[in-house]
Amino acid sequence: MDLGRLLQAMVERGVLLRRIMYVVLAGLVIADIVVPSKYDRFPWESIGGFGAFYGFISCVLIIVVSKALGYLLLYRSEDYYDE
Amino acid sequence: MSEVLHPSILLFTGALVVAVLRGRLQQGVMLLVAAALIWLVFSLPSGVFGATEFLGIELSPMRVDKLSLVFASVFAIITLVGAIYALHVKDTPQHVAALMYAGSALGVVFAGDLVTLYVFWELMVFTSVWLIWCRRNPASMAAGFRYLLVHALGGIVLLAGIILYYLDAGTVQFAEIENTGLAFYLILIGFLLNAAVPPLGAWLADAYPESTVTGAIFLSALTTKTAVYTLIRGFPGTELLVWLGVVMALWGVVYAVLANDIRRLLAYHIISQVGYMVAGVGMGTIMALNGAASHAFTHILYKALLFMGAGAVIHMTGRAKLTELGGIYRYMPVTFLLYMIGAFSISAFPLFSGFVSKTMVVEAAALDQRAWVWLLLSLASAGTFLHTGLKLPWFTFFGPDRGLKPREAPLNMLVAMGIAAFFCVFIGIYPQWLYAMMPATVEYQAYTSGHILWELQLLLFTGVGFFVLLKHVGGEPKISVDTDWVYRKAMPAIAGGIQRVGGAAWQAMLGTLMHKLTALVTSVSAHHGPQGILARTWPTGSMVLWVAILLAASLLIYYL
Repeated sequence: MDLGRLLQAMVERGVLLRRIMYVVLAGLVIADIVVPSKYDRFPWESIGGFGAFYGFISCVLIIVVSKALGYLLLYRSEDYYDE
Repeated sequence: MSEVLHPSILLFTGALVVAVLRGRLQQGVMLLVAAALIWLVFSLPSGVFGATEFLGIELSPMRVDKLSLVFASVFAIITLVGAIYALHVKDTPQHVAALMYAGSALGVVFAGDLVTLYVFWELMVFTSVWLIWCRRNPASMAAGFRYLLVHALGGIVLLAGIILYYLDAGTVQFAEIENTGLAFYLILIGFLLNAAVPPLGAWLADAYPESTVTGAIFLSALTTKTAVYTLIRGFPGTELLVWLGVVMALWGVVYAVLANDIRRLLAYHIISQVGYMVAGVGMGTIMALNGAASHAFTHILYKALLFMGAGAVIHMTGRAKLTELGGIYRYMPVTFLLYMIGAFSISAFPLFSGFVSKTMVVEAAALDQRAWVWLLLSLASAGTFLHTGLKLPWFTFFGPDRGLKPREAPLNMLVAMGIAAFFCVFIGIYPQWLYAMMPATVEYQAYTSGHILWELQLLLFTGVGFFVLLKHVGGEPKISVDTDWVYRKAMPAIAGGIQRVGGAAWQAMLGTLMHKLTALVTSVSAHHGPQGILARTWPTGSMVLWVAILLAASLLIYYL
């Protein structure tokens, strides 16, 4: 199917896509710093690029905390409930 | 109802007809009923219909207002989508159960009093469980029974609450529940159990992944969202719900990190997303309640789309685990792209439906100056994109190639997904259509530079984090225990312990008793047994001798 080939072609140009993504990410942060903040209900809303920082930190925190909970407390073998 | 047709009656009748038909005719009637339902719901006039008095209790089985119509509309849309998605299935019980289940959910949404609500509430349980059992394997049978038992318990709590509430408040009209004490909390617990609020929510992630591929669409849409409806109606501004909602949003995220089964991952994200709605109900402001209702609306559509995408993969590959899937985007590109529309919607990317509803709840927290709620809901937002938008599609469609070469999903499945995807994009681009349906006037602007920049940064940098930690985020061939551990492990273990200890005690008691009994029997048989002293035969000779002795004695006494 053509759609499948199109996707495959995109995957094969992964390096290019990644570079485009870097530009987009940088552009976003710059835009957030340049565009005057619309909200000031919380102190961090007027810090340019705080969303980027918070997104990255959230992601790392979620993975680390969840995996830690998994290994320390929650993970069981797949046949844990079968007996 | 004299004036208008109750949508539940349409669906129950439709289910009966579907039950006796087979083949093309059955498919046709299913679609016809679902299409008629959409027409009916969208043309319902507001008002209370069929009000009656039963045993001195005022009942209003059908109340149509803006709030009930929000939920009824989206239930109707999803019933059609689900019917199309299940069109290829040749399993009459499933179709009947699905239509009855949707009819029961609509019955709850239109119930103007708690008695009617309770009846439909229970009907939902008994109709939906068939969508789990119809998978017809031991795991789904067991999961179905657990689902049934948990909901039966929840139903009893709700019923107790309703009865007490009637005694306290003297009415069963379903409006905002007055805090009369115990009744308030019992009803609340009944609703919270169906909304899958931890620690009462483990039934959801336990049962939904074991349901049939097509049944999951109905399940993901109806039970939790009717509960959200009842919370909006009955418990707006209950502060406790704010924090329950936040905990819920994060709870789902944590378990989604650990999930390996793709539908279990999605099930945990139902819990996470319903958390936003519950928190919105708790905040209770007009914007928060509108946010909760509109998020329920968009959620049903994108979550159904996600479940349909995952279901299509399971249907075509026969596999459901991240560790067993991978590299199939070339073979199922349409499924992949439609799934991604659902993923962008749930993640609240601008131009997709979640953006115009989820940000409303978060905005309500900002207006209330609830900093922690705002930060934690934003964190959960990052988690949503991380799992539903990155982890699941990456390891299912890309990731390591497992040599799978599935064909694209059947046309009816793709059409159903296409309809849901259409609504996800349509609402994202044209939120006014959704906002116009809301119970109160929506004074919220989703598309401001502030919201767009914040959301894009949050989500795209979550993506950065994902690719940085790619080696650590994949599925693992493990399961994680939730609060259902209590009734799946702890209680059986306790019961087993009681059985063992109790059994031993019983045996010991029996042993002691037996010993005494044996001693008694031995002594009785010593005296009365064949050899016993009291059982010997008495010779007539000795009798005569004794008589003679007695006579002699009496003679002697006479002379004295």
